[in-house]
Amino acid sequence: MASQLVMYEEEFTKINAVCDRLTKDANAKVVFLVDKNGQLISAAGQTQNIDTTSLASLTAGNVAAMGGLAKLIGEAEFPMQFHQGNQLSLLSAIVGSRVVLVVIFDNRTSQGLVQLRVKKASAELHTIFETLIKKTDGPGSGSPFAEISDDDIDNLFSE
Amino acid sequence: MSFINYSSREINCKIVYYGPGLCGKTTNLQYIYNKTNPETKGKLISLSTETDRTLFFDFLPLSLGEIRGFKTRFHLYTVPGQVFYDASRKLILKGVDGVVFVADSQVERMEANMESLENLRVNLAEQGYDLNKIPEVVQYNKRDLPNAVTLEEMRKVLNPRNVPEYQAVAPTGVGVFDTLKAVAKLVLTELRKGS
Repeated sequence: MASQLVMYEEEFTKINAVCDRLTKDANAKVVFLVDKNGQLISAAGQTQNIDTTSLASLTAGNVAAMGGLAKLIGEAEFPMQFHQGNQLSLLSAIVGSRVVLVVIFDNRTSQGLVQLRVKKASAELHTIFETLIKKTDGPGSGSPFAEISDDDIDNLFSE
Repeated sequence: MSFINYSSREINCKIVYYGPGLCGKTTNLQYIYNKTNPETKGKLISLSTETDRTLFFDFLPLSLGEIRGFKTRFHLYTVPGQVFYDASRKLILKGVDGVVFVADSQVERMEANMESLENLRVNLAEQGYDLNKIPEVVQYNKRDLPNAVTLEEMRKVLNPRNVPEYQAVAPTGVGVFDTLKAVAKLVLTELRKGS
């Protein structure tokens, strides 16, 4: 069982910067970074009209289903997936077996360019997540909720 | 496993509704969706067959409010209950923080309930979780039906761990929010321990 994912300000800023840059470099419409369990980590580009929470959950479902399929045929996973639509296409890549980078793009760019830029961004993100995991597992990283009381929890449910 | 973001001050937890086919998992989510304020919920996503049976999962994101300055969000999932969708059920349990076991109270579904509970135990173990330790709530659904088994009998086979349990009639909402609140509380309490 993998450990809990904890995000700190420093890494969060770096991750957002990588996603922003990827959006520009790949000439993409939107870039998302999603935890394999379906939690949205970062979103860049034209995200206004997209239900980001649903997108994150469905991405995780899709990656999990394809991972299951991969195992059935003797592959560890399918690290990169491409789905072509009429107007928009979607490319997703697994980063460090923990998170999924999703790029949505139209015909102003090409699959080849997106793939190239995704590879570069994946490597950068991988390094950031390595640091993050070390930080989370390191000393002094106890639960931020250790201090919460029963009343705090009860108050959430008071109507 | 929960996701804590210090930067955006958010905490996200995953709750999975498990149980045999047609026990009312999706109905629980539909009731919650229909009765919550639009500003606290996201879209209800249902990946279902043409006959409205869950094919992969239902998904409903809910915001519960703030706790010590952190926005708490719960992602509710259901699994497909039909026996042959076992591969999908395993996938949905990945990263789970809390489980609701929805049991069908009808006497003819008791065997299916027991089979599903055992299946939950096995599938959780495959993901590295222990059903004896994970936050769990049992819901005895369909209590309004004439062929419902007594509570004592259901408890004996479906709740040996003596976790919080609720009687429910999901289409009318009886017990639905009590169940959700109970599992959310257990998950937050577990979080306090720093799991």
